[in-house]
Amino acid sequence: MGLEALLIEKTIIVVIVFIVTLTIAAYSTYGERKVAAFIQDRIGPNKAGPYGLMQPLADGIKMLMKEDFVPQQANKFLFHIAPGLSMLTALMVSAVIPWGKTIIIGGRSIPIQVTDINIGILYVLSVVSLGVYGVMIGGWASNNKYSLMGALRASSQMISYELPMGLSLIALLMVTGTMSFSEIAAQQSGWNGMQWNIIYQPIGFVLFLICAFAEANRTPFDLPECEAELVGGYHTEYSSMKLGFFLFAEYAHMFVSSAIISTLYFGGYNFPGINTLYEMLPHNIVTLIGVGVLMIKTLFFIFLFMWVRWTIPRFRYDQLMNLGWKRLVPIAIANIIITAGVVLLFDK
Amino acid sequence: MAEYSLSNRKVMVSNKEMTFTEKLYLPAILKGMGVTLNHFFGKKVTFIHGKDIRNYSSTYRGLHVLKRDDEGRERCVACGLCAVACPAEAITMVAAERQPGEEHLYREEKYAAIYEINMLRCIFCGLCEQACPKEAIYLTDRLVDVELTRKDFIYGKDKLVEKMDDRIDISNRQHH
Repeated sequence: MGLEALLIEKTIIVVIVFIVTLTIAAYSTYGERKVAAFIQDRIGPNKAGPYGLMQPLADGIKMLMKEDFVPQQANKFLFHIAPGLSMLTALMVSAVIPWGKTIIIGGRSIPIQVTDINIGILYVLSVVSLGVYGVMIGGWASNNKYSLMGALRASSQMISYELPMGLSLIALLMVTGTMSFSEIAAQQSGWNGMQWNIIYQPIGFVLFLICAFAEANRTPFDLPECEAELVGGYHTEYSSMKLGFFLFAEYAHMFVSSAIISTLYFGGYNFPGINTLYEMLPHNIVTLIGVGVLMIKTLFFIFLFMWVRWTIPRFRYDQLMNLGWKRLVPIAIANIIITAGVVLLFDK
Repeated sequence: MAEYSLSNRKVMVSNKEMTFTEKLYLPAILKGMGVTLNHFFGKKVTFIHGKDIRNYSSTYRGLHVLKRDDEGRERCVACGLCAVACPAEAITMVAAERQPGEEHLYREEKYAAIYEINMLRCIFCGLCEQACPKEAIYLTDRLVDVELTRKDFIYGKDKLVEKMDDRIDISNRQHH
């Protein structure tokens, strides 16, 4: 009985998370075009449906109708699985994010999280580092110089920026003392939902944010695509829905990254006054409000991703490596030492 | 040296080291994000296709017209100056002599029997208008229609000469 109920509720949560991630990723493409337009004093897509809201659907149909071209010299098998691999790794990360506290149905307390593994942060780091395979394999299988250049850049960039990302997370771990996402989120409900980790780890947050940009291949770290010099980088040879999957994976990645940033540093589903509200209103309603709050935080970070993209140009390759190895890594290590000292002194 | 610059725009290149704040990148990035956020909420310049109509300049150079005079006689004398002036070789014509009894049709003894402008060659520079000694040809604010074949873009007198009951106002172009 217990196992069956568990299976059913997990299946439902998985399906909902999947659908929500894909929907938000789809509408991020619309959002990106709107944000780009607004920043450039334009109004963006406005023809498909009211305010152009059907644009993602139109784009999807367009992608599907295009010729699905495979270069003759390409490695067929790798060429076909690369976009799927990109998408898979982007979506897999969403499994450990706690979207809300718990929902009580018939006396059962169900956490709104696909799986609460006690090494959640380790899981995220490992899956994120798998993300480079989609890009790398895609670029390699295309048998095209531009694609290979893009893939090379992507892999070196992602490997370089995983290091400061991991180091900034170590400092966070010292403060939280746990690797489980649900516990990290629960800890931040202190002070009536205001005890967010950003207060303890401001430098760590900035480091993590910068690395998240690099991991998602977003400007100023979009060298792998680099349409101005590499004709699109690793997806030069891709067309139709395979290209769509690569682009879509980027937005799914953005959404998941934003959700992780919100959970780790900005209190997750907690909001000021959450504990008072739990005493006043029914449990489930407050939990749903918490889910909404997490969504708002996530959407803000997605907006931040776009905002930055349309503000600054991309780094040169040597600047990128300089920033990663000579600046971010030392700062991250210094951050760890300072955090360790403070934790030792005050025994938080 | 900068003080010898004639245009006053000469700038010496400097390879100075970046300051600590500049090396951090973040202050500059935040400043830039402030600029883009201002634009985000700023006024949009888009003309919505099919809803807003852009105003033409009063001297817009569009489809040509061959004018008639006040009594409805064609002004063109087929002198060929417009064809000579045309940098795109878009204008051709065949001259003819006015016969007795045609004085109400043509203003002077000579007129253009055939007058053709190839709208695909035309670059709408307005030199034909400037070359014309008889104030016969003008560019207007009208647009060239969409056609399906190339030969339909060669406009003859049937399309160029203004209709008696539908005179074209070119007063905006006479001021300059």
